[in-house]
Amino acid sequence: MDALYRDYILDHYKNPRNFGELEPHDLEAHDHNPLCGDELGVHVRVSGDGRIEDLRFHGQGCAISQAAASMASEELLGMKVEAIAGLRAEWVTDLLGIDISPTRRKCALLSLKVMRGATGDDASWPE
Amino acid sequence: MSPATVAQLDVRADFPVLEREGADGRPIAYLDSANTSQKPLAVIEAIDSFYRHSNANIHRAVYELAQEATDLYEGARERVARFAGGESATTIFTANATAALNLVAYAWGREHVGEGDEVLITHMEHHSNIVPWQILCQERGAQLRYLSVSGDGQLSLDELDEVLAGGRVKLVSVAHVSNVLGTINPVAEIAARTRAAGAVSVIDGSQAMPQMPVDVAEVDADFYVWTGHKALGPTGIGVLHGRRELLESMRPFLGGGDMIASVGFESSTWNELPWKFEAGTSPIAQGVGLGAAIDYLDAIGMDTVRAHERDLTARALERLGEIEGLRIFGPPDPDRRGGVVSFEVEGIHPHDLAELCGREGVCIRAGHHCAQPLMRAIGVPATARASFHVYNSREDVDRLADALIAAREVFGL
Repeated sequence: MDALYRDYILDHYKNPRNFGELEPHDLEAHDHNPLCGDELGVHVRVSGDGRIEDLRFHGQGCAISQAAASMASEELLGMKVEAIAGLRAEWVTDLLGIDISPTRRKCALLSLKVMRGATGDDASWPE
Repeated sequence: MSPATVAQLDVRADFPVLEREGADGRPIAYLDSANTSQKPLAVIEAIDSFYRHSNANIHRAVYELAQEATDLYEGARERVARFAGGESATTIFTANATAALNLVAYAWGREHVGEGDEVLITHMEHHSNIVPWQILCQERGAQLRYLSVSGDGQLSLDELDEVLAGGRVKLVSVAHVSNVLGTINPVAEIAARTRAAGAVSVIDGSQAMPQMPVDVAEVDADFYVWTGHKALGPTGIGVLHGRRELLESMRPFLGGGDMIASVGFESSTWNELPWKFEAGTSPIAQGVGLGAAIDYLDAIGMDTVRAHERDLTARALERLGEIEGLRIFGPPDPDRRGGVVSFEVEGIHPHDLAELCGREGVCIRAGHHCAQPLMRAIGVPATARASFHVYNSREDVDRLADALIAAREVFGL
């Protein structure tokens, strides 16, 4: 099996979970990776007790960025909105479970960056 | 150019970096020369020799060492001017093509482009030939307009005539060869029509000068820019060829040392061409290195370089065209394109293609290629791109094709 393009990565890339638009939604953000022009947006619906009730990512990108968004979306459901700001880069790279080279790091982190933009003031690259 | 001549071009051994092994343990197939070219040993040694034996600042000191450095730099300028069909006095060394385009935008544009005027570029421009004009137009209240690109990657001269007929265009700036589509644009015709309409023409030759015979006097544009690092030379040096009357009438771009005749307390007078536009200490070793690069290209002959590029491009169009789900952008005819082939493979993002090619030792670029408006115009977020130079072979192209086929297998296609 390929070290980077593992079966589950390709599965999430080809069949992304929680992908598309979500109407109505409470929170949204849109961002891009300036290196490659890849774009990713997110729509988030928040429940009365401040949890992520539903969300959809949309946009286009490489297998790593799309799989990261898909895998992250499953974990984010039900999470407290206020907890998003505390998620580190390792949260995503651990989810992916593959070695990410420095040149592909932003691909992996774009979905978390967009999520942080939607749920808080901080839209900087996660560290 | 006969096929026999093409087959004889085997200069890979002149480029030390190409001995480097890729992830697969084989010497790399470097297919990213439109991004930056590799450098022959002759260029590396010219720069090394300059710093070891001849380094001093130029145009200032009177001792022998400084005279030698000045002669080397100005000698390089003379040869670069001759190589491009220009004259020394109107061949200005800049940091790169971007700096040359900004020089024109600031030193000519600010004086001549005003409110209600138009600057005309095309959808196939590199960001370096877009952003300076955006800044100029925003600052001057002018409008930036774009010529469209057809489905097979061509500009329309009829559309150019239509826009020029509006009478508001002050400047037209067009790539000689597209860095994404490879299209060779009819720049002499564009320059002539632009002049007939009373506007000034700028040609971005960054992708043309390194790989085909170019005579700036024949193109006859008002400004022609290119960069050294794509032409086997070092980074940090570019070239602006300008029409003498315009350069003489323009104010300097950057102020500083070397560009003045005399400096008073309140004002100064400008040095003569080309030094009026070369403020500060010049990229001396880079100029010497660029001189060595064009000597190297001259020795091969630019007709031979072009024939080689055409051969590899034709091979790439053929081999890549056989791959299922692969779509090539730009003109289908290798006679109408330079040595660059952009493509996409259905179901695999260009970044993933580049990653998988990299594992086979095949270096290609993936992304928007600093041409985001073009990406939008052709309806893709990014492409993969292979580009060629003298050191590439048909085998490199075949390795690319094999790597792409393997990439499809990894993705289960």
